Amino acid sequence: MTSPIVDVTDLSHVYMQGTPLAHQALDRVSIQVERGECIAIIGHTGSGKSTLIQHLNGLMRPQSGKVIVNGLDVSDPKVDIRLLRRQVGLVFQNPEDQLFEKLVGDDIAYGPFKMGLPIAEVKERVEWAMELVGLSFDEMKDRPTFALSGGQKRKVALAGVLALRPHVLVLDEPTAGLDPRSRNELLQRIRRLNVEEGLTVIFVSHNMEEVARLAQRVYVMANGQIACEGTPRHIFGNSSLLQEHHIGTPEAVDILYQLREQGYAVDTGSFLPEEAAAEILNLIKR
Amino acid sequence: MTADHPIIRVENVSFSYKVNQDQQIPVLQNVSLDVYPGEYLAIIGHNGSGKSTLSKHLNGILTPKTGDVYVNQINTRDRERIYEVRSQVGMVFQHPDNQIVATIVEDDVAFGLENIGIAAHEMRERIDASLEAVGMSAFRHRPPHHLSGGQKQRIAIAGILAMRPQCIVLDEATSMLDSYGRQDILAVIRKLHREGMTIVTVTHHMSEVAEADRVVVMEAGQIVLQGTPREVFAHQERLRELHLDVPDASRIAALVHQQWELFSPNLIANEEVVEEVNRHVIKQAEASGT
Repeated sequence: MTSPIVDVTDLSHVYMQGTPLAHQALDRVSIQVERGECIAIIGHTGSGKSTLIQHLNGLMRPQSGKVIVNGLDVSDPKVDIRLLRRQVGLVFQNPEDQLFEKLVGDDIAYGPFKMGLPIAEVKERVEWAMELVGLSFDEMKDRPTFALSGGQKRKVALAGVLALRPHVLVLDEPTAGLDPRSRNELLQRIRRLNVEEGLTVIFVSHNMEEVARLAQRVYVMANGQIACEGTPRHIFGNSSLLQEHHIGTPEAVDILYQLREQGYAVDTGSFLPEEAAAEILNLIKR
Repeated sequence: MTADHPIIRVENVSFSYKVNQDQQIPVLQNVSLDVYPGEYLAIIGHNGSGKSTLSKHLNGILTPKTGDVYVNQINTRDRERIYEVRSQVGMVFQHPDNQIVATIVEDDVAFGLENIGIAAHEMRERIDASLEAVGMSAFRHRPPHHLSGGQKQRIAIAGILAMRPQCIVLDEATSMLDSYGRQDILAVIRKLHREGMTIVTVTHHMSEVAEADRVVVMEAGQIVLQGTPREVFAHQERLRELHLDVPDASRIAALVHQQWELFSPNLIANEEVVEEVNRHVIKQAEASGT
């Protein structure tokens, strides 16, 4: 049996430890992600999601518990942190704050360039990454970053991380602020990276449509703990679980729940619009 | 028509960003738009279509390269009256953290008032009323950085309400929030709108758009489509071409309609889909009962 690419065991973290403001952000969290999986982490604001993912590329080191990513032990003070950060690409919630170069192409090239890659390969990676997030290389590479829209900045930041060709991609709210087409395209591209290139994807999201479409498995966090884990069908089909942990539902599921409340027999685990439409057809086509 | 002067009048506005000496990127091209008192207007468009740039023109954060914007007949180019403009049209931005300036909630709400020299007792009244309006009175003595994103946005809205504006512009104010935070903000917007506030919202959430009175669709710096949400969402194909979408409720209704022609395809809200199902089931029960 192969070991999981991300293996977190009993990870705890207390902010401002030893002060009256001490706050337990993570409480014995364990997650295991297999190579090539696509995992969503959901939960209410303050449930510990962001604290958890910052451990995955060593931005935070475990206070207690273990974090092992692709064989690298994040709790080991001597771990090769640069190697770790190349293997785990982390895109923050406000990635546009991460842009610092004047031109789009330079910003995306920064990481690969610092890795010491030959210039031809840097260029190739920049082109590849820009295509992947839906930015035209020829049209956009010489655009000043200040003249981009919010959504375009997000794409540039994501391309900059993808250009490092990480093994694990960790995304905090990947599509917040993107228009519907860009969102769908980006989700399809992430899925393609996941399926075709075997990239392991871990993403935090408030957008349940996105979770429903993309994730193979979902971890629900609450109060710094893993409250439960399962497939999207399992999670969205369980209304008491959703309510208890303040999780929104995809719109399709919301319609089905409303129908069920009115006494119709519908499968509330059907979370895609196509499935919801089929459920409704079952009700009215008699 | 003498009644109903627009609160905001956008007249043939063009705007571009200067990239270097000889290159300009046009962002708005000859846009004209009137916003009327009490209206709830949604502006949609893909990333880079110019909707945020347009919204930043509505209270003079940006001024047009050509054309004019008037707020209650004050030209936003008139820098001496810019405070008047800004107190009449307030703006809430996307990132909750970027618009909080104070270390205590009520100080943050007071910030704008202090700048325009409102007397202390009136300030107190306005702060009370604003926090009450967004349901955040209980948090007035808290430090804002411990609040959730949705709560921070409500504080930002309170800070604007305290200025007693006639219009609030929300530039993707819900896009960084979870669904609960978003619902909170939408509830506040709905309430303000009911009480007569003019609302302009820029959003990517089509289910939010469904609540507006009028929708303006932007593409390449121009207005390419407008109407009620129901009219606009009837153009599913056109919206998809414009990188946009329809609410899931509309998509589901259209999918059902394809298979079952009597089912209305022209629905925009979850509740409407549920009602339409009820209507069909009852009709069929009656038909089989007779």
